[in-house]
Amino acid sequence: MLPLGFLVVFFAWPVAAIIGRGFGSGGVGTAIGDPLTWKLAGFTVASAGVSTIVAVLAGLPVAFLLARVRLPGVSLVRTLVLVPFVLPTVVVGLAFRALWPDGGLLPLVLANAFFNVAVVARTVSGLWSHLDPRTVDAARALGASPWRAFRSVTLPALGPAIASSAAVVFLFCATSFGVVLILGGSKFRTLETEIYLRTVDLLDLSGAAALSLVQFAAVVAALVVGALARRRRENAVRLRSRSETARRPRGGEWWAVSAGLAVIALLMTPIVALLLESVSTSDGWSLAGYEALAGQGSRGALQVSGWDAASMSLRTAFDATLLAMIVGVLASVVLVALRRTPGRLARGMGETMDAALMLPLGVSAVTVGFGYLVTLDALPGDLRTSPLLVPLAQALVIIPLIVRMVLPVLRSVDVRLRQAASTLGASPGRVWREIDLPLTARSLVAAAGFGYVVALGEFGATSFLARPDAPTLPVAVATLISRPGELNNQMAYAACALLMIVTVVAVVLIDRFGAVRGQNSVGEF
Amino acid sequence: MKRALRTLVAAGTVAALAAGCSLSGTTGNDAQAPATVTLVTHDSWLAPQEVLDAFERQSGIKISVLKQGDAGALTNKLVLTKANPIGDVAYGVDSTFASRALTEGVFEQYTSPEADRGPQRYSVDPEHRLSAVDLGDVCVNVDTRYFAEKGIPEPKSFADLADAKYKDLMVAESPATSSPGLAFLLGTVAQFGEQGWQAYWSQLKANGLKTVSGWEEAYTKEFSGSSGKGPRPIVVSYASSPAAELGDDGKPRTKALLDTCYRQVEYAGVLAGGKQVEKARKVVDFLLSQQFQVTVAANMYVYPARQGVELPQGWAQAAPLPQQPKTLEPAKIQAGREQWIAQWRTLLEG
Repeated sequence: MLPLGFLVVFFAWPVAAIIGRGFGSGGVGTAIGDPLTWKLAGFTVASAGVSTIVAVLAGLPVAFLLARVRLPGVSLVRTLVLVPFVLPTVVVGLAFRALWPDGGLLPLVLANAFFNVAVVARTVSGLWSHLDPRTVDAARALGASPWRAFRSVTLPALGPAIASSAAVVFLFCATSFGVVLILGGSKFRTLETEIYLRTVDLLDLSGAAALSLVQFAAVVAALVVGALARRRRENAVRLRSRSETARRPRGGEWWAVSAGLAVIALLMTPIVALLLESVSTSDGWSLAGYEALAGQGSRGALQVSGWDAASMSLRTAFDATLLAMIVGVLASVVLVALRRTPGRLARGMGETMDAALMLPLGVSAVTVGFGYLVTLDALPGDLRTSPLLVPLAQALVIIPLIVRMVLPVLRSVDVRLRQAASTLGASPGRVWREIDLPLTARSLVAAAGFGYVVALGEFGATSFLARPDAPTLPVAVATLISRPGELNNQMAYAACALLMIVTVVAVVLIDRFGAVRGQNSVGEF
Repeated sequence: MKRALRTLVAAGTVAALAAGCSLSGTTGNDAQAPATVTLVTHDSWLAPQEVLDAFERQSGIKISVLKQGDAGALTNKLVLTKANPIGDVAYGVDSTFASRALTEGVFEQYTSPEADRGPQRYSVDPEHRLSAVDLGDVCVNVDTRYFAEKGIPEPKSFADLADAKYKDLMVAESPATSSPGLAFLLGTVAQFGEQGWQAYWSQLKANGLKTVSGWEEAYTKEFSGSSGKGPRPIVVSYASSPAAELGDDGKPRTKALLDTCYRQVEYAGVLAGGKQVEKARKVVDFLLSQQFQVTVAANMYVYPARQGVELPQGWAQAAPLPQQPKTLEPAKIQAGREQWIAQWRTLLEG
């Protein structure tokens, strides 16, 4: 009940209210019939599709590197690949703009892929590192070429993880806002930017509602594809721990290793450019931007110092993660229980709920944000103006990710263990504590870590709701970059660098901590 | 029913847990704390804490600030929440969006005693629901060094910008996605009339005008006079921008073309249906007072609406207030805005 209640109050109700207003003012039908709407939808799906393909193609060699290769520096790669994921979109947009001054389609597609390589790499490697390598060895022994063995043994086994991560990446790309605005200008427009425009600038709620419905349909379609792909993996694979499966690459595998390293190098290019930008001024190198983090920017561009924003980021991300873990883990437990309950009704309910939990990824932040304004005054304490809104909104964004990571692991817990415990008289709570928790602890830590990092970098919803006396780092970066003056500009890039450092430290800590506990875990979207 | 109750309790517990972390130190004010008035404003809001503290000491009113996007988003949010406003007083609805707010009945009538010190010059409403707090002018900015080095005279007027001498040198923001972009479009409508502005923009396009979606890119990436050292020496920005671009010698490196300016006035008003009308009025008075007005230039890069308020050092030279900016009637903007933006899109991006 709690996860559903949370989703209803903080997601379904606000979204329904704002779309309802659009219907109330009429004209939704006209907007749906407008050829422009379908042109936007077509462009959105096509560009997100291409970005997803690029992200998957770039993510696979990195996943191989993370899963199968024992070389010094692999754990560094695991950390670095996450950095793009948390960078503020406005800054990445400007970085790509520096490389492609005229904007356009190519940088737009590449930038969206840039953000999401981590999702593919980390999800797929999660499964890949636990696949039993002996099946590949057997295929090779029977005379298959390495490529053939990969195609007919490894790839089908990885299929569900690839499809599932692709669905998530597609959702992220289809709803990305800042990147499209900066790199596409108003020439390349997507459903998301048009919803934003119509809601925020034109107050054309019926037009926005119509576009939201179209976007919603596209998202549901993507979710169905993802769910179908995941279902194929019901006959679970035998899992191995990474320590048994990773080894030094040999022969043709070096090609894959090089490809993975090349992807990492490409991902690092904009990041290095940002770092360089943070230390260069009109008269040479300088650390002025970093020194300025202690203050509030030139002419007090911020209301708090850069360090305060950093600490605010850490705290809100913590709250959001805590909240999302409670809701996400409870939801996963319920989903597993439903799946184990016999009968089509329970199964149907489980699948519907599973899909519903993913929806927040696919609905425009502006729809949710405006929905909050017209609904949340009905709750005690008028949440509309409460600082709590930021962690709540961030939690909404990361719950789907946490569910996708926790659910498969919970599912893989052997039912017989739980049954045995129950037979011996353990209460359901006791069963969870003694069986499920120890077996899944590491995945829970990994999911929390990933969620934490995403919350740190979350910008869309946060910028909508953050209060000026409590900005997070990404919000501070956006504020600084929107003010003239060289110092503000440098401070923005320095704050970006700070965000990267905080991320890297958080990822390293979590990976370290997670690695100590049990080994049998899979993360999957 | 019991279940619903349990859910609520659980949700409450979660909320309380979360509150413990990010809110530590900001909750739990007791009865002796001053009354808090919520000021809803736009993202550019910035006021020195000392000034707000002084107001709190003197009036017993603590101002809690709630930022709600740019002027357009702010206005729309006020419209959406007018039945149960999210604050007591709003500041930042500008002359571009004032008509929408007034038509929708977002504000209630209030004439501040401070308004006769200048702000009423910019009045938009006979009922005095909105009081002018500041004005900002959107003007074309140029990189003076570029023109000095190339030995080309700087452009001065709208007409110059379409001259072949300045081919491929200018960057402007889209009016669909940027507020200075919209102001510049309105400036050309005011200059060339509703019949003539499209022809002018066609000339700009033919002369190699580049359009981008937001001010950040235009100014920090494309413009050669800012720290980004972009390729183009002509940009649509603000009359006050040169004040932020001082060289080592303390002299500005850029200049606003004062004949290309369009004026936006920003207003404050008491929200209709707010719970603390008396205190909200005091806050409007404060926004118009000398002590607040003297801060707006340095903090928000706008000019105070009040007469006789000193500008920061250097502004007289770097960022003087344009004397004859273009303006349009709010009602005219309200009637034409969407259509002009659509026509602009077809013309420039079509």
